Amino acid sequence: MRARTIAIVAVLAALAAVPPLAAALGQPFYLDLFRRIMIFAIAALSLNLILGYGGMVSFGHAAYLGIGAYAVGILAYHGVTNGFLQFAVAIGASAAIALVIGAVSIRTSGVYFIMITLAFTQMLFYLGISLEEYGGDDGIRLKAHSQFAGLDLAHPTPFYYFVLAILAGFVYLVHRIVNSRFGMVIRAAKSNEARTRAIGFSPYPYKLAAFVIAGAMGGVAGALLVNQTAYLTPEFMNWTRSGEIMFMVILGGIATLIGPVLGAAALLLLEDLLAAWTTHWQIILGPILVLVVLFARRGLAGLLPGGGRDD
Amino acid sequence: MRIPFRALFVGLIVAAFAPAPAVAQQKLKIGFITTLSGPQGVIGEHMRQSVELALDHLGRKVGGLDTEIIYGDDQVKPDVGKQLADEMLKKHQVNFVSGIIWSNVMLAVAPTVTQAGTFMIGTNAGPHDLAGKGCSELFFTTSWQNDQTPEAMGKHMSDKGVNDVYVMAPNYAAGKDMVTGFKRYFKGRIVDEVYTKLGQTDYQAELSQLRAKNPKAVFVFYPGGMGIQFLKQYSEAGMRGQFPLYSVYTVDEISIPAVKHAALGQLETRYWSPDLKNPANEKFVADFRKKYNKLPVFYGAQSYDGIMLIDSAVRAVKGDLADKKGMIAAMRKANYASTRGKYAYNTNHFPIQNFYLLKAVAGASPTADPVLEIQETVFKEHKDAYAKDCPMKW
Amino acid sequence: MLLFLEQTLNGLQLGVMLFLMAAGLTLVFGIMNLVNLAHGSLYMVGAYLWVAFTGLTGSYLAGVVLALAGTLAVGVLIELIALRTLYDRDHLDQVLATFGLILFFNELVAIVFGRAALYTSVPPWLSGHVELFAGLRYPLYRLVIILVGLAVAGLLWFVVARTRLGMLIRAGASNRTMVAALGVNIRLLYTAVFGFGAALAGLAGLMAGPIYTVEPGMGEKILIEVFVVIVIGGIGSIRGALAGALIVGMVDTLGRAFLKPTLATVLSPSAADTAGPAIASMLIYLLMAVVLALRPAGLFPARG
Repeated sequence: MRARTIAIVAVLAALAAVPPLAAALGQPFYLDLFRRIMIFAIAALSLNLILGYGGMVSFGHAAYLGIGAYAVGILAYHGVTNGFLQFAVAIGASAAIALVIGAVSIRTSGVYFIMITLAFTQMLFYLGISLEEYGGDDGIRLKAHSQFAGLDLAHPTPFYYFVLAILAGFVYLVHRIVNSRFGMVIRAAKSNEARTRAIGFSPYPYKLAAFVIAGAMGGVAGALLVNQTAYLTPEFMNWTRSGEIMFMVILGGIATLIGPVLGAAALLLLEDLLAAWTTHWQIILGPILVLVVLFARRGLAGLLPGGGRDD
Repeated sequence: MRIPFRALFVGLIVAAFAPAPAVAQQKLKIGFITTLSGPQGVIGEHMRQSVELALDHLGRKVGGLDTEIIYGDDQVKPDVGKQLADEMLKKHQVNFVSGIIWSNVMLAVAPTVTQAGTFMIGTNAGPHDLAGKGCSELFFTTSWQNDQTPEAMGKHMSDKGVNDVYVMAPNYAAGKDMVTGFKRYFKGRIVDEVYTKLGQTDYQAELSQLRAKNPKAVFVFYPGGMGIQFLKQYSEAGMRGQFPLYSVYTVDEISIPAVKHAALGQLETRYWSPDLKNPANEKFVADFRKKYNKLPVFYGAQSYDGIMLIDSAVRAVKGDLADKKGMIAAMRKANYASTRGKYAYNTNHFPIQNFYLLKAVAGASPTADPVLEIQETVFKEHKDAYAKDCPMKW
Repeated sequence: MLLFLEQTLNGLQLGVMLFLMAAGLTLVFGIMNLVNLAHGSLYMVGAYLWVAFTGLTGSYLAGVVLALAGTLAVGVLIELIALRTLYDRDHLDQVLATFGLILFFNELVAIVFGRAALYTSVPPWLSGHVELFAGLRYPLYRLVIILVGLAVAGLLWFVVARTRLGMLIRAGASNRTMVAALGVNIRLLYTAVFGFGAALAGLAGLMAGPIYTVEPGMGEKILIEVFVVIVIGGIGSIRGALAGALIVGMVDTLGRAFLKPTLATVLSPSAADTAGPAIASMLIYLLMAVVLALRPAGLFPARG
């Protein structure tokens, strides 16, 4: 078995061990902390698909978390707590909006792409603020957690394993995607678009499809996030959140399966620790991020045996 | 430069798992959540300084018990606020959670805290959900319900017969709430209601529109940096003399140093002012100036009161922190020396208090900043509009 | 009618401020292919240095000159220390590294000057109004901003189109390797261009200082609009920056002023009240989306 696969399984197993460990230590807080980390890991994983493997630097990924969150939140507000339905709407809505945004944005490239994805997120953010019925920028509480045929996400431990299952499932999904023919085209387009075209593939539909898939996955992360915080706010769609998710991807290691998980854990734990230490924590975090970008290109995954890149 | 990332990462995990230090039994723990970083950190700084002053005044013993206070920085994000609350409840096992500037953070945190059976003592945010249907016996606030302050301004302007008012506010929940509160008591004519983009820096276009409409008065709500910009530009456009400016939460002791004379003549309404005359407030303001070399602001007065309220409750049950019912009963009496003077609690645990008209007048010396001074009382023992929706009766 | 004229002037002034920011950013991107998110931080540094130096010297003009020099120095310093390694990296690295710089500068400024906003005001000899023509009184300071901005635009045009340095800049924008091959000291050129771009951002900052809030994070508020400007105008081109800035300035200002009243003619007043501000705040993004849909490289892209 390859070293990298062992690493992934090890990390997932370690995550699975957190609830019993936390209970044994009498520290239930860690269950919540690591669940939050896993949710952001899912978001980072989805961004990694298009950014790491596809080379599409989307600064607007936080929008899909917001859409997923709002889908669940709005349905719950109107009395619909069926998780299957809520998540289906979350996936559908984020996929649809990703399709629209992607259709316009993917025609551009480079920094134009970055900027236009950023702009779309800002638009959605301002739209969210003006939705008075759902609290505007005050946001609203989640009326009830999602229910999945007996599994109520209001219960911390089942919710934890639910998130873990989705994370593991998505890791596998991304693994299959990037190693499929579809994935090969995406990765080829990232490394040399002209050559890809020369071989006869038009990258546009492939990139758009990947963008939509990533958006849908982001929507799932958002649906989970709103259950985690029990609160809904347009703040989820702020462009600085996109930046944070991008950092998780970079920190963990681009174009790796384990990277997003490591990156999410590292960034969130680092923020938590630094903030407890000093109110000026941003002056420490800023340069750390710069140094990581400049010198630790392969991220945390690069430290694992087996190296940084996948396949 | 090889950065030992592996070691750093492992270190992170270990540090995160470090258990909270073992606690001696009779210690009181208070968690205080506010915004300490970023531009809004200036508000959190004031709150923290006021809390520290309160602790000093109590000899670092709240209610007679050794007190540990744990601060959290919510970064103006509701989910970070909730995570902090979770950490304080589960990891540090605090007896009280207090603070919170922003309504959206409060709406995320308060239910988490009260549902865990712990007291939430709000010291600023007063969203109407928590004043109405969402009220809880474990939630108390030492501030006000968001609508009350603009209600006071609406009443004042109505009483004075001011008419043809031009209303401006940022286009977000608090902005809309302020205007709603204003209109609840203002019975005159409103020329126009203009909502600007949240965080907008340049108001020249809106000022031109305003001038063209030629109102008799202007009422605005522009908190924080928006207020500073608006005031400077309003003053610069020469509108101070032309159109009297009334506001809420636009001019305060934090923003005045940034605008100085551009604030002169400004009229605001508030439940408290540094010049409010009562022994507790005089002591608070004097000691705050001595310790921090600046005037306190209302965020701070509320936070100071929050600690004092907790003190009164713990004292009433003689340190028996398990007697929550007893502490609730004690807090309902509001039996402590508040910086605003004596007040009572409404059924929803929001204060019933006076509201005053404040005016920014010239400071003590020619180079001093303007100060806000109380001119008259607008409301005596004012109740908020949402208490009737709160199911609690006592 | 007079109101419309006044709003047009307002739009022009906003556009000019955006241009000052956009010019530096687009130059840097065009020549060095560097996406610099920390450009907003240079704007902030300019404002803060102006406050500091005006306080120290007691003179507005001395404050301006020193702040410009100071921001240029800070820009050069950043370029030498942090950005040199980024030229060869991809845009993602540049975005993230400069994002980290934003956090650093915001906190640095908060530590040195405190978190509270600083006091600024328009110097007395620049305040007041000017009667432009029958009934239209316009604030003098804002007129000065318009004039300074247009002067800078003119200066930039002159430098880029008529001087040797400008020729190198244009050549570098279209083919960097060739310019280096021709024996030009590319490193020096890059540092000079970055420093100049930083000075432009600083100029925008110190001109905004008297009328906007000077606080940590003031750069990020305007940063996104600046990026919208250069994307609409076309990256790497000064002409594009000017066109984009004026368009964005006009659309934003006129939108804020007239959208709600216009909507109120077709919708109910309360619907217009809600829709007007909501759409007005999204207007420039919609504009950008439309422009990019029709012209994916902006209106006046630098490269052919």
